[in-house]
Amino acid sequence: MAVTEVQLPSLAVPGFGLRHNLRAIRVVWQREMIRFGRDRLRVITSLIQPVLFLFVLGSGLSTITTGSIGNLNLRTFMFPGALSMAVLFTAMFSAASIVWDREFGFLREMLVAPISRASIVIGKCLGGATTASLQGLLILLMAGLVGVPYSFSLFFTVLAELMLFAFTLTAFGVMTAARIEQFQAYMALNQMLLMPLFFLSGALFPLRGLPGWLHVLTRIDPLTYAVDPVRRAVFAHLDVPAATDRLLNPGVTWGSWRVPTGVELLIVAGMGIGMLMIAIWEFRKAD
Amino acid sequence: MDAAVAVQGLTKHYGDLVAVGGVDFTVHAGEAFGFLGPNGAGKSTTIKMLCTLVEPTAGTAQVAGFDVVRQRDAVRRNIGLVFQDPTLDQYLTADQNLRMHAELYGVRRSALDERMSLVLDMVDLSDRRKSLVSTFSGGMKRRLEIARGLLHSPKVLFLDEPTVGLDPQTRSSIWRYIHDLREREDVTIFLTTHYMDEAENCDRIAIMDRGRIVVMDTPESLKAGVGKDRVQISTDDDQAAIISLQEKFGQSATMSEGLVTFAVANGEQFVPRLFADLGVPIRSVNVARPTLDDVFMSHTGSTIRDAEESGQNQWMRMVAQRRR
Ligand SMILES: Nc1ncnc2c1ncn2[C@@H]1O[C@H](COP(=O)(O)OP(=O)(O)O)[C@@H](O)[C@H]1O
Ligand SMILES: [Mg+2]
Repeated sequence: MAVTEVQLPSLAVPGFGLRHNLRAIRVVWQREMIRFGRDRLRVITSLIQPVLFLFVLGSGLSTITTGSIGNLNLRTFMFPGALSMAVLFTAMFSAASIVWDREFGFLREMLVAPISRASIVIGKCLGGATTASLQGLLILLMAGLVGVPYSFSLFFTVLAELMLFAFTLTAFGVMTAARIEQFQAYMALNQMLLMPLFFLSGALFPLRGLPGWLHVLTRIDPLTYAVDPVRRAVFAHLDVPAATDRLLNPGVTWGSWRVPTGVELLIVAGMGIGMLMIAIWEFRKAD
Repeated sequence: MDAAVAVQGLTKHYGDLVAVGGVDFTVHAGEAFGFLGPNGAGKSTTIKMLCTLVEPTAGTAQVAGFDVVRQRDAVRRNIGLVFQDPTLDQYLTADQNLRMHAELYGVRRSALDERMSLVLDMVDLSDRRKSLVSTFSGGMKRRLEIARGLLHSPKVLFLDEPTVGLDPQTRSSIWRYIHDLREREDVTIFLTTHYMDEAENCDRIAIMDRGRIVVMDTPESLKAGVGKDRVQISTDDDQAAIISLQEKFGQSATMSEGLVTFAVANGEQFVPRLFADLGVPIRSVNVARPTLDDVFMSHTGSTIRDAEESGQNQWMRMVAQRRR
């Protein structure tokens, strides 16, 4: 057999610094996008829950709330909750891909590559955040159906908030997924965490006049600080009587202090970064 | 750089279990070096330590001149890996898997297309590059993994059981690709296998059993070192033949594959004496030069299959894990 001598130039980029890791973050993110694009079914199924929530639960319950909340439709009140739900469920599901990758081997391909563990985690978080934001966006586009006006400023404010929210939730998902070896176990853990987080977040009912124990739990729930800014933004664009606004959009209070939106967003961002750090640390530690 | 891999006293404990019990060896640049041993011998664990995936309990190792603990990233940049279990993304195409790999390893984009065509050609997958990996057969996936492991021109390519679970025809084609790539690329190959016949493809092999290297040399020297040929006979009365062999020739024979089997120096010269003195009619005789199986036998006292049987539980566990 003829020996073909192929002289290969050195292919590796000499420096493996920040630029290389940015490239790695991008490719990890890209992979999530490719897979999301392939998975049309998932796009549809993740829409079902928030849509049910908004149109079935919202319409059903509105028959008993008519009158008590002024001229406002209950669906309008529930809209921020539906947005949060879409983002919450998608983000947690996206983070599951880490467990999936571990089970099916691809995680190892990333773990042995000459990139920092941080790049993998950040890429995953950004990927999950993007898909979750896109799902949130689909719900956001339904605003008109529930009596929320289409306005540029509202649209972009809410979208930005959802993106932040999506990032933090994905970081939370990745943090919990970091050490879990089986997909089933991750899903079980999710089931256990999702509902309490969602129920206590103010997505379903305004956080005022609650019994003491419930009041405390809602203030501890990190989701509370993500749902409230969205509700405030929505209500700022509604034309409702002051009394209805006080009733349905009471904000989050600590004692008698109403926590400003900026602080709420800082809390969400801070938690996101904190959980991202923990996730990175967990990946560094695990071999 | 002369040594592609240099290992001193490398050890890995999992709790009380000694997976690798202090191994020393050197792999020269350009060599094809094989680890041969039954399942559970510690081959994969050794590879994982060399690839920086598992931290050694004790000992040191250098790969491509870099320390596997202190210079992890440098090691990673210079190695290619094909694991025992698949690590492809099934939901992506072959092309997408390779591009992803190139990004992770920082392959220069200007050189990428050419390089991708080259490695895909090498494993005969050019016509399937746009197909989803989930549509590939086991052999094709393994070939794609080999192509991917080579994509970034590593100095050392690690192959952990590259042919396990494949049918004989695919196995031999995988070996053809490995021989091919040795001729085309300036790469050192480190592989593991528990198939005796496949280990013959290596320049040098280390035989591993229970976490230790029992012997290490070229396949030819190892076989020559056994010094005995394997003689198999079938007779009218095998039990009588075994007793007679013991009494008249001092040979302890066993039944293997339905034949009376024993090892003796200079088998061809022994056969005439056998016909003259055995006292039991002989129907057929087969004299074989020693194989690596005999090498394993002479160093560990059991055949590699027996060793696997005793490690059966581990094997079952491994199968269970792979199926998951
Ligand atoms: N992560 C682990 N935890 C505990 N024991 C392990 C682990 N990995 C391997 N072992 C054990 O180490 C021994 C060597 O395994 P391995 O290196 O996979 O063998 P081989 O690749 O030669 O079949 C086996 O007994 C196996 O059960
Ligand atoms: Mg193995």
